[in-house]
Amino acid sequence: MPEVLVCKDGEIAEGGVRLIKVGREEIGVIRHSNKYYAYRNVCPHQGGPACEGLRMPQVVDRIGEGGILLGQTFDEDDMHIVCPWHGYEFHLADGCHVIDRNLRLKRYEVVQRGGEIFIAV
Amino acid sequence: MNEHTRSFRDLSAEVFDTRTLLKNAAEQAIERRYEDTFIVDVDSHHYETEAFKEIAEYIDDPVLRHEAKFQGSSRGGITSESGSYQEIAGRITRYPERKNEIVPPKPHRDIVLMERWMDQLGVDIAVMFPTPMLNLSNCPRHEVEVGLSFAYNRWLCDTILEKEPRIKSMLYLPFHDPEACCRIIEEFGERKGVVGFMVTATHYTRNYQNPYMKMYAMLQERNMPLGFHAAFTWADQSLQLTNRFIAVHGLGFTWCNMLHMANWLVNGMPERFPKLKTIWIESGLAWIPFMMQRLDNEFMMRTSDAPLLKRKPSDYMREMFFTSQPMEMVDNRKALEVTFEMINAPTQLLYSSDYPHWDMDLPSTIYDLPFIDMQAKKNILGGNAQKLFNLEPVLSPVKQARLAARTAAGVAAE
Repeated sequence: MPEVLVCKDGEIAEGGVRLIKVGREEIGVIRHSNKYYAYRNVCPHQGGPACEGLRMPQVVDRIGEGGILLGQTFDEDDMHIVCPWHGYEFHLADGCHVIDRNLRLKRYEVVQRGGEIFIAV
Repeated sequence: MNEHTRSFRDLSAEVFDTRTLLKNAAEQAIERRYEDTFIVDVDSHHYETEAFKEIAEYIDDPVLRHEAKFQGSSRGGITSESGSYQEIAGRITRYPERKNEIVPPKPHRDIVLMERWMDQLGVDIAVMFPTPMLNLSNCPRHEVEVGLSFAYNRWLCDTILEKEPRIKSMLYLPFHDPEACCRIIEEFGERKGVVGFMVTATHYTRNYQNPYMKMYAMLQERNMPLGFHAAFTWADQSLQLTNRFIAVHGLGFTWCNMLHMANWLVNGMPERFPKLKTIWIESGLAWIPFMMQRLDNEFMMRTSDAPLLKRKPSDYMREMFFTSQPMEMVDNRKALEVTFEMINAPTQLLYSSDYPHWDMDLPSTIYDLPFIDMQAKKNILGGNAQKLFNLEPVLSPVKQARLAARTAAGVAAE
């Protein structure tokens, strides 16, 4: 599978996004916690530029014994890509919508080699 | 084989721009050849708060003008009734970023921003409404509502509608004061770009009371539609029981129009003003079949409760107009298709985006529907609004250029 060189490792700041054009498609390469993820920059909802939005952790209602609501918190281990048009949220790890896994961002494999970042297209 | 990327965008280096945010919408417009379809957006918004200093100068009453200039009109914070995290706490980025968008000194910022999103979506003409000012309906000081509505409408006509023919509006009516509503219709009914008048549906008022009849008669006589624009208020006694925006918005934006619709029908307004056209704005569509079924069922058992009605409530509703957004589209194609049939969508439904708000719909939400034909799509996207508002079907300059390029390349228009 052909690879496209994105950048040198570290060129994208932690938490940052680089959008690259491959043919007619725009692909967002996201760096989070020193790992890289790549998705097509089109939301399956209405076509928004999903990779240009915020990354937000899963919001959690904390429920105690007997169904008591204790409060809310963020689950930092489950980071989401949030489409900026409407707020559709997708797991950063696999690109699936947080409720409906049939809705997903098109994912690209990221290859780190020799201090450089590539995506397989 | 490896290929080095030659072009890339680094988001951290970019300043917010509507055209960039909506570039995928522009691709949809090109792919679907929207230059073959006249598109009217019957419900869109601007943030009049950004021009409030200009608007305040239009307030007649010097005391109120001084107060408005001192207080401003910005929305409150987390503890306020309006501090309702509509933007999903920053997730909808155009809310916080919008203020940073760079525009040329002329024309007016609102015109530039409107045209930027309209061109990307493929919209030719947009009916523009204010945003925070819709909440004037909940202002306990009715004289403030009247003073600001006159000022806003004057500013809007002078600054936007006179200058940009692609932007129209249905002007805000201070519905707590029927006499002031009549004066507004009188003063602005002939102004350029005014295609109707609008009541924010959160007005805590009875639309069937006698003082309103003069206003309805005036609109009917002028062939000007009356819109009920949905909203929500956390001050509503029942909605105060909600604690999350999804609940207050999901219920509030339908409930207020359901209430006005029920009162409008059972008091026989369609019989009293048979030529007055009403538009029910921004409640989505799912509530309409519910109201039709519920009211028809009860009416057939107690026709004496609504003696002015000569037909079933749903028969009157089928003659009204409805805007499409936010169209309920998740896993419910059959229900949506039945809804389209029940409301005579090919003649009564009006496309609306509600841009730039969080739950906006693109024209593709109508264009891509599998269960209506192309003529129905064209009607909903623009044809119905063209007839209703008596609009000239002029394509935007962007779409005209696209059409000309196609013609030059020998590709026929549809």
